[in-house]
Amino acid sequence: MTEYLEIAAAISLFIGGFFTLVGSIGLLKVDTPMSRLHAPTKASTLGVGALLLGSMLAAFARGEGSLHQVLILAFLFVTAPITANFIAKVHLHGRTSQKSPPPPPTGGQWATYDTPQDETRKPVEGN
Amino acid sequence: MTRLFPHPFLTLILIVVWCLLSQAFTLGTVVFGTILGIILPFVTAAFWPDRPKISNPFKLLVYIVIVVYDIIVANVVVAAIILFKSNAARRPAWVPIPLELKSPEAITVLAGTITLTPGTVSVDLSEDGRSLLVHALDAPDPDGVRDDIKSRYESRLKEIFE
Amino acid sequence: MIDIALVFAFVTVGAAQVMAMIRLMRGPHIGDRILALDTMVINAIALIVLIGVQWGTQMYFESGMIIAMLGFISTVALARFVLRGDIIE
Repeated sequence: MTEYLEIAAAISLFIGGFFTLVGSIGLLKVDTPMSRLHAPTKASTLGVGALLLGSMLAAFARGEGSLHQVLILAFLFVTAPITANFIAKVHLHGRTSQKSPPPPPTGGQWATYDTPQDETRKPVEGN
Repeated sequence: MTRLFPHPFLTLILIVVWCLLSQAFTLGTVVFGTILGIILPFVTAAFWPDRPKISNPFKLLVYIVIVVYDIIVANVVVAAIILFKSNAARRPAWVPIPLELKSPEAITVLAGTITLTPGTVSVDLSEDGRSLLVHALDAPDPDGVRDDIKSRYESRLKEIFE
Repeated sequence: MIDIALVFAFVTVGAAQVMAMIRLMRGPHIGDRILALDTMVINAIALIVLIGVQWGTQMYFESGMIIAMLGFISTVALARFVLRGDIIE
């Protein structure tokens, strides 16, 4: 039983290391800012997920089972979309991509471009 | 009862998180976790005015299984794109998606799902909240991506939340 | 078996950290730098988890958790500052 757990832990460590590396390769290799966002936010999340799984399995193989890596895993999976969304909004706001997005099909405009008309919240100029 | 437990699900999650944090599942941690689980939702109730309606918990489980499977499959696909496809051969695209979902919780879950499944990132919501802007890493056919998201995730979320 | 996997994971995650650092230095736009910092935080969590496996201890779990939380908050704060010119309006 212990050997199987160790083999499973080793396999997850391999997978995790591979995906973490791929995420950073994508960060370096891909050319446009918006596409660059794709590589690390997800490949790294699955990479760290597999590494945490490996750490959990290794702990079980040593006989001191622990589940608290699940907490880090859940936290990362909940926060990864939020950080990705914020960074994408930064790109949208700075108009860094060559192609600007099409307008919404239901009319109006995207929320990032929507400047508040309220006097107390003046839109930020420049950047 | 509703006043004392504004969010029963949050209470349950807090108990589980407390037990995981203190690395023990004894009577003491469960009792203290329950105390926290009652106090924290009660104190922060002003920040959560509505309780999201989940009409079909079983379908939520099915949805989670589908998303986890998609994350794993799509990660391999994105890794292959990053490693073996040159920048010139990739076709990044903006994909605007008109939404049928109305409740903010459902739209949040949909946006999170789109971001977690690799190859697509949800970028922005329109000002009236009726369409979602998605960026795809490699989509020769943006309409196909849109139909895929609508049929695979949005229709299921519509059944769960509405 | 697990030792080989550990060495492999250390090397790949370390290389990933270096690559993210290069993007942090080069990154033409500020969004790229924020993204590189976020990636570095995630890789740092991975390194801490790997050290925990190597030394066979559960002690480093809390530090990993705290780095995950700090990394998330700082990424959001940076992005929000760039977006709005203010963090808490």
